[in-house]
Amino acid sequence: MELAAIILLPAAASALCWSPFGRRFAAPTTLASAIIVLALALGVSMQAARLGHFDAAHGWLTCDGLGALIVVLVAMVGTTAAVFSWGYIRLRSRHAHADPSKEQNYYVLYNLFLMSLFAVPLLANVALMWVAVELTTLLSAFLVGFEDTPEALEAAWKYVVLTTLGAVLALLGFLILYWGSRVAGEPPFTWLGLVSAAPRMPPSLLWPAFLFILVGFGVKVGLVPMHTWLPDAHSQAPASICALLSGVETTTVLYVILRLFPVVGGAAALDARPWFIGFGLLSVAIATLLLVYVRDFKRMFAFSTVEHMGIILVAAGLGGAEAHLGAAYQMTGHAIAKSFCFLAAGALTAIFGTQEIPAVRGIVKYAPFSALAFVAGAFAIAGAPPFAIFISELMILKAGIDGGHYLVIGLLAFFLVIAFCSILFHVTRMTFGAPRPDTTIAVAPISCGIALVVAAIPLVAIGVYLPSIFQGLLRAAAAAMGG
Amino acid sequence: MGMNSSPFPVISALDALTGALFLLTALGVLATRQVLASLQFFIAQSLLLTLSAALLGVALNSPHLFAVAAITIATKTILIPLVLRRTVSAEVYRTREIERVLNIPASLLIAALLVVLAYVIANPVLATVDAPFAQVNLPLGIAAMLLGVFTVAVRREAVPQLLGLLAVENGVFFAGVAIVPNLPVIAELAAAVDVPVVALVVGLLTRRIQLRVGTTAVGSLSSLRER
Repeated sequence: MELAAIILLPAAASALCWSPFGRRFAAPTTLASAIIVLALALGVSMQAARLGHFDAAHGWLTCDGLGALIVVLVAMVGTTAAVFSWGYIRLRSRHAHADPSKEQNYYVLYNLFLMSLFAVPLLANVALMWVAVELTTLLSAFLVGFEDTPEALEAAWKYVVLTTLGAVLALLGFLILYWGSRVAGEPPFTWLGLVSAAPRMPPSLLWPAFLFILVGFGVKVGLVPMHTWLPDAHSQAPASICALLSGVETTTVLYVILRLFPVVGGAAALDARPWFIGFGLLSVAIATLLLVYVRDFKRMFAFSTVEHMGIILVAAGLGGAEAHLGAAYQMTGHAIAKSFCFLAAGALTAIFGTQEIPAVRGIVKYAPFSALAFVAGAFAIAGAPPFAIFISELMILKAGIDGGHYLVIGLLAFFLVIAFCSILFHVTRMTFGAPRPDTTIAVAPISCGIALVVAAIPLVAIGVYLPSIFQGLLRAAAAAMGG
Repeated sequence: MGMNSSPFPVISALDALTGALFLLTALGVLATRQVLASLQFFIAQSLLLTLSAALLGVALNSPHLFAVAAITIATKTILIPLVLRRTVSAEVYRTREIERVLNIPASLLIAALLVVLAYVIANPVLATVDAPFAQVNLPLGIAAMLLGVFTVAVRREAVPQLLGLLAVENGVFFAGVAIVPNLPVIAELAAAVDVPVVALVVGLLTRRIQLRVGTTAVGSLSSLRER
């Protein structure tokens, strides 16, 4: 019941926004729906934390610890981004050559996009889950192109074509997986069914299926070398959409790849770990290099997303309960911190009218509140204490050392330090640098400030104190990854 | 297990012929300069996919495959050309693509290598698992899929890139009808809805790009990159 409501409420909200009612009340409708869904998601995750899974009434929907974690993260970011949108999208849609229904259309798609993000972890049938992943792209294409500038449309084009291409490659992987499950005695085509059937599946089928899905969905996660579209889309979309794309869309698709880990792990002849670690480390390395030279602060956060996806993949590939707990915690910390960073970056673009790092100096003088948020977000995402990513990265490094993966951990730690320094170098120069004489500033909408205050609560909370129920959820999520 | 002892000799031969033509149409989508000709090759390819699904449906007595055939006809030969005509202006169809990332002879050479690669990928699978028509459909489907990916990479115009994308999907389904002839109907329906929506979204984006940027040569858009 709750699971169905989590998917259907955003769909209903979308319909309301589309109706004449939405002409005036699209923003509050969206926010109300997001808050109700967040409450439902928290309820579901608490049960999942206690029992390891949520009891769905029927076979279509399902939710274990890992699924519940994703649902909660999407619901949280969906709420803060809805608050942010309220004033920000109104401001952005009243620019020149905008058609009058632009704002209304934004909310119609926003809710549908949320619906598709919820559907990925909740749909039991793996083939339908693939359709949900595909929908996340198609429903967000026009949100990425919202600004209607040549750059935004170019970004939207690359986003749709490349991620759809990846999804179709992944589809072949899923068809081969289905073929393998038929050979292995026709279990239901769900993740549970696949995990149980994996030992009987021919490795010659499981292996190409795994690689097609890893590479195909790797496009959407932004794994190097399939990441080229990501900094474009994640820098050109409006900030509220960037928060969803970078904070939770990447994580939601990464979730699918993580689901494969116990499936492939079930076949004795196969070892997915080197592939996870290889793709993960490559992504961390390239993203770190790009972070050093980046000149656009939204692109900076986008590259940081590539880096974090790499870290989570490495953690999953290390294997074992400790590393998987670290991966689950890192996913949580990243989703919350990265969405916060993009909201702060959105406030800055509203104030300074640019995304160029060299053009923004002395934020603290012009906008002390935004400066505080921007610095806090940067520290959180770079992995400084007292924020969650500091702890989760230490957990991952420690788990790797305990497991004897010295080379992997050495490289990972090396790149983490460089990424940390690069982000803080750019951010401190922007925040405390001598103001440029040609700076002109505008006032950011009040909803941006409110969204930052709301989003700051989980940002600080999960680093300082982790309630036992939430620890239980992370453990349940780690268990679903097979560790 | 042997591939020569097929229980359906006539249908197997027909399916192999269909497969060969299917691959040729994938080359057509890749290599024609005229945008409209590319579209016609794509429609022909979709008809061959339909034919293969129907042939396998007869041989395996599978209603699922007839559903796939019906869905393919409806979405790919009727709905998608319709959607494209409604969203993309007619002048795009008259476009000849002068500039490509690679010239046509070089493209065809790489295409040949991709077909070989497809057999390299498919062989270890076919060596261990047997499905009646997979010997033909799996390697040719993967080959068409790789050619589609290559099409997206080398073509600069929006509509040919989209057709490359849809050709990738055709390739996957060409393999799919042989390896999973009993895919649940719900999944088939969902995939059927997906394909025209891809065409719709990409078509609308093409129109916006034409309106705002003044070109549909999406491959030449490069304002976003690291400096």
